[in-house]
Parts: sequence; structure tokens; C-alpha cells
Amino acid sequence: MLIDVHAHFYHDRSGRAGWEALNDSRLAAGERIGITWHVASVLGSWGLTSPTYFPSPPDLQYGNGWLERLARQHPRRIRGYVTVNPNHTEDALQRIARGQQAGMVGLKLAASRRADDPLLDPLCEAAGRHHFPVLHHVWQHRRREWPGQEASDAVELCRLAARHPTVHFILAHIGGGGDWGHSLRAVRPQANVLIDLSGSGADGGMLEQTLRAVGVERLLWGADVTLCTGWAKLRYLERLLTAEDLSLVRAGNAVRIFPEGAFA
Amino acid sequence: MIDVNTFIGAYPWRQLPGTEPSDLLAAMDRAGIAEAWVSHLPSLFWKDPSAGNAALFELATRERRLHGVSAIHPGLPHWEEDMVEARARRAVAVRCDPGLLGLSPVGAETIALLRRAGELRLPVLSAVRLEDGRGRHPLDAAPELPAWAVRAWLRSSPLTRVVITHADRGFIEEVHWGSTPEEAARVWWDLSWIWGPPEDDLRHLLAAIGAGRFLFGSGQPLRIPEVPSARLDLLDLSAEDRAAITRRNALALIGQ
Repeated sequence: MLIDVHAHFYHDRSGRAGWEALNDSRLAAGERIGITWHVASVLGSWGLTSPTYFPSPPDLQYGNGWLERLARQHPRRIRGYVTVNPNHTEDALQRIARGQQAGMVGLKLAASRRADDPLLDPLCEAAGRHHFPVLHHVWQHRRREWPGQEASDAVELCRLAARHPTVHFILAHIGGGGDWGHSLRAVRPQANVLIDLSGSGADGGMLEQTLRAVGVERLLWGADVTLCTGWAKLRYLERLLTAEDLSLVRAGNAVRIFPEGAFA
Repeated sequence: MIDVNTFIGAYPWRQLPGTEPSDLLAAMDRAGIAEAWVSHLPSLFWKDPSAGNAALFELATRERRLHGVSAIHPGLPHWEEDMVEARARRAVAVRCDPGLLGLSPVGAETIALLRRAGELRLPVLSAVRLEDGRGRHPLDAAPELPAWAVRAWLRSSPLTRVVITHADRGFIEEVHWGSTPEEAARVWWDLSWIWGPPEDDLRHLLAAIGAGRFLFGSGQPLRIPEVPSARLDLLDLSAEDRAAITRRNALALIGQ
């Protein structure tokens, strides 16, 4: 089994031309790579009618609903995260509850509110009740504010994770830009934070240092928007790890932290 | 396969594994790469980058799978002699990274190098960047190579031929469609920074520009060498196009 814990799909009301081709391409590449499950999120309208990282409640409703339908169309291939905007607490809580009932398997927090903000606490409590892992968009070492998002880094995510020790957090795309070495130092002692290997970055030494920092039990395979670098990292790990350890990264760790039966 | 974008030696901005020639050869074996064009990474940051060329010449003499790419600083006295030596020592290309040298990419020195390399029939290799700009060391402030500079390079002499590494789709399209067909036929691009699916930038570029303009390049050990192979394996390339990208274009570029 191979689980991509960081996938995205687009829809007819998203700000991406050729959205159907993008989705088809992900699924086709996934077949070639051997991806068993795409665990995906939709960030509202992807910028068309509200900002990607600050999605409005109506856009979240449409995006999450669209993803629920897509998962139903591909019951053996696609699972979904509920995406929420923590600035709208009640809406977010309702969305998590509704998503859980609709078969979603995790919570996606992007960059609408800093990770260590108290507004995220009720959402993480809700995630914990449903045994949802929380996939959090992370800028690897945020040295300043970035336009278009209220980005968080690993230090800020670990503050949140420390307040919710029974919830699993996924630090998004260690290869997604920024100083990954800074993130590795931050997450090392925070046992409930796992790392997804996605991102276009495939720096030499990154995989070895990630393994040294958190061990194989806290690594999750993912691709995000570059399946090519995801596959390359998987090929690299095939040489680096034993078959048993590789199976944890490919799927075993994900099976452990997602709700029971999520990948049955 | 021939990887035109490899390095030996240490990197000043972070610890880098596999910096010895033996490490490079082992990584090539692992990734199915037969030969490599090699640059000397530390000297790209030295005041006189040509000081690293001797190590490359020695390496290329000792190891037939590795081919040196000589670094040239066209702002230094008698730099033309370094070019002649590169030619004499069978360097496959010379490289100039003006941003790392503190030179204007379209200044007189850089353009003089491009013209002289053309006269000597040596391709000039240059990197848009060595690392993702978001992850660079705070003191690593060298400017990236801009696309407009490459357009100017191609116009500097009809003999100039350039290999640009670490360029993304937008950069490549800006140069290709901002050049005449004759100019665009004198630039080659490596695969190290071109995204595959679902964005499918590489598929698009190959359809729009053609396989003849692309070279297999990884940027190892700054990046893992498995990336360009994965990109190719996600395409339905003809055997002919794959052979062109992975080997034949590079051989043609150096007259073999």
C-alpha cells in the first residue's frame, strides 16, 4: 500500500484553468507510481472567490462538499481532509462534524491563523474526538510574514501540538520551501508531530537528516503538487531503508494515525 | 544517461552529503547514470573560481565517466587563458555564474566570455539558482540568473551556445518564445527544476519546444539524482526522445 497524505484536487469553481486535467493527471500519475490512496484537501475556491489561504465559509462549504463527492466517486482511491478557516470557529466546528459524518478522515489547517493561536484549540479538540490527524501547512522557518497567508513554522506548530498531546499533527511538506533543518530541530522532541515528505524540494541530505531527527515511525509519504519529486524521494528511500521500515513510510504510519478503517 | 548537472566538493551554506568523487560515482551507479558533467562546487564561491579547475582536470583524467566543467571569472586578468586551458584539457563546457561572481549578467565581462566561448566552440553552462530561494542561508544573497539575461546572451554572438540549469517552466518559456528560432536553437535546459504531474510542466515544454532542447540534469548532490529519472518515467516518451534527452543531445552539444 502507498498512501499520499498530502494531495489536492480542484473543482469547477476553483481559480485553476484546466482543473479537470490537473485532477486526471494526478490520478494517472498515481496509478503509475502505485499510489493506493490520495488523501486530499481542497482549499476553498483556490483563490477564485476568496483567498486560497483565507477561504470564506461558502467556499469551504463548496470545496469540502465537492471533495466528499469525489471521494464517493473513487471509493477505493481518494480520502479527504476537512478544510476549515479557524477565524470562523462555529462554522469550522460544524464543518468538521459534518465532514466526519460524510466520511472525511482528517482536518486540514492551512494558513488562515497562526498555528499557536488559541482559536485553533477547539478545532484540534474536535479533531481529537474524531481521531482525525491535523495536516498543517508549514513554512519551514518563517523569518518574516509572507503575503497571502498567515504562515506558521514548526516551532509554532509544536506549541499547538504540545497543548493537544493525544492528537497527531502532520507537519506539511518538509520539502515545500524554507529551511527544513530548522523544522527538524523544532519537531524532534514533539512526539505527536509527524512529517510529510512532500514538496518540490528534494535536497541532498534532507531525507537522512529527517530520519535522524524523528525516526522512521514519524515519517509519512506525500507528494503535494509535485508527484515527480515525491516518487524520487520514495525511490531514494527504497535504497536507504529496510523493507519493513519502508512500509511504515509508505503506509503503515498513516494507517496508524488516521481513523480506524480509513483505508480499508 | 549523461547527467550534465553534478558537483563535487563542499557547499558553503549547509552540510552536504556525498561530496567526494567516489560518492558521486556511487550515486550515479544507484541512479543508472553512466557519465556526468562535473562542476567544482566550492570554487563557484571563491574569488577566483578557476582555482578549482585543476581538481576537475585531474579527476577527468583519472575517471573516464566524469567530464569537467571549468569555471571562468571573466572579470579577472587573463581569464582568456583559462578558457584556452579548458579547451586544451578537454572540458566539456565552461561555466559562469555571474550572480555568484558579483558581475552583471549582461555586463561587458560576461558578454566577452560568451563570445570567446563561442569562438572556441565551448558551451557555457550557468545555473539560474543552486537552491530554492526560500531555503537559502540568510547571508546567501547572490541574485538568481534572470531570463532576460539569457535572451541577451543568445543575441551576443551567433556562435554562443548555453546550457541553463535549474530553470523552471516560466523561465524557459520566456527565453524560448522571446528569442528567434535561430537563437532558441542555441540554448539547452536541464530537467532539474521542471515540474512533472499534476502541473505537467515538463510534458508541456516537450510538446511545445521539443525534446531537442533538453538535457538530463539533476544538480546532485545538492539534490537527489532520482528526480529527473522520475520525471521522465512519468511521461510516455518515445524511445527516441528519451535517448535524446538522456544522452544524445549532450553528446551532440560537445561534438560527439
